[in-house]
Amino acid sequence: MSAILARLGRAVLEQLTRTGRAALFFLSLLGALSFMIRRPGLLVKQLYAVGVLSLPIILVSGLFVGMVLGLQGYANLVDFGATSSLGTVVALSLIRELGPVLTALLYAGRAGSALTAEIGLMKATEQLASMRMMAVDPFQRVLAPRFLAGCIAVPLLAGIFTAIGILGGYLVAVEQLGVDDGAFWSQMQAKVQLFADVINGVVIKSVVFGLVANWIALFEGYEAQPTSEGVSLATTRTVVYTALAVLGLDFVLTALMFGAW
Amino acid sequence: MTQKNLELAVGAFVALGIAAFFLLALQVSDLTSIGDERGYRVTARFENIGGLRVRAPVTMGGVRIGRVVGIELDPQTYEAVVTLSIDPRHDQIPTDSSASILTSGLLGEQYVGLEPGGMDSYLSEGDVLRLTQSALVLEKLIGRMLTNTAGD
Repeated sequence: MSAILARLGRAVLEQLTRTGRAALFFLSLLGALSFMIRRPGLLVKQLYAVGVLSLPIILVSGLFVGMVLGLQGYANLVDFGATSSLGTVVALSLIRELGPVLTALLYAGRAGSALTAEIGLMKATEQLASMRMMAVDPFQRVLAPRFLAGCIAVPLLAGIFTAIGILGGYLVAVEQLGVDDGAFWSQMQAKVQLFADVINGVVIKSVVFGLVANWIALFEGYEAQPTSEGVSLATTRTVVYTALAVLGLDFVLTALMFGAW
Repeated sequence: MTQKNLELAVGAFVALGIAAFFLLALQVSDLTSIGDERGYRVTARFENIGGLRVRAPVTMGGVRIGRVVGIELDPQTYEAVVTLSIDPRHDQIPTDSSASILTSGLLGEQYVGLEPGGMDSYLSEGDVLRLTQSALVLEKLIGRMLTNTAGD
């Protein structure tokens, strides 16, 4: 009995110290960000790695998500003769939820896992330790550029995802299903509000998700056991934790922004 | 990849992202209609506006000619004062036109429909539409129907 209790206690304590380490890690990351003003060149390479290389998956998924929304929305709205609201349905679902959330999930799979593996391997091959030996702070030199690049890339990717999704919905609705072109856009413009929907939805959510996704990815890499198995475990954990954190935070943010109380 | 190509790709990526946000702001959201207040304003008084909202369309013969820009309650008469902004292209609307609050479809949003009158003078900034018809409130209709059947 006491052994079981002790095991439970140990697990809780381990989780707690891990959370504390993650918080300290985040603070050190923020502290190292000022270094980026002196060496902005480091940012470009990372923006290429996490941003430009994520573009194909974002473009293709965004297009298909928008097209599916167009088809499904049409199939449901046609019963009420309300297909002219299809533009509103597609735009609001993408702007408020699907754009930022799916972007963050895809980003975790495409770029977050790569970040974790990279940092984990750097740790396993003692590159981080040797940097410290040469009085180079790995936070400033390695982690901060990746973190900042990720935080810039995610909102941009979310915007691209949402825009291409709406175009995908437009293609299906107007070109294929014959919804009126003018009604599609005018209903959308009448119902989508710049501040309440676009700023709250795409911008604020994706900034928060970008922060969280990159924080988790870098922390898992930095904390990985320096073995091949440890790095692979850390990579898996990055994707799982990011997905859970993003979906949980999305509920909280939606309740704060769009929930009526 | 050389540093120059790298920078080029990143620049294109950032530009694409910003373009996406511009598209969202200009084409998708209501930003374009915020500046849509060049039209002349006329007011109409309604007993009951039902579910009419600001920014609802104003139509004539089914064609959209403006939008609702303000709804207030007159504290003396307890009537709703609705301000309509009408596109200056449509400057030949007779002064005795009537305004009614209609619903698009069974479940659609409410809008203001204008019926042209026969006068030779045309509406201009600050005019008031005299002839108005309030929104149909479903509960009142049902109530009237019930009292009518009870009377039979």
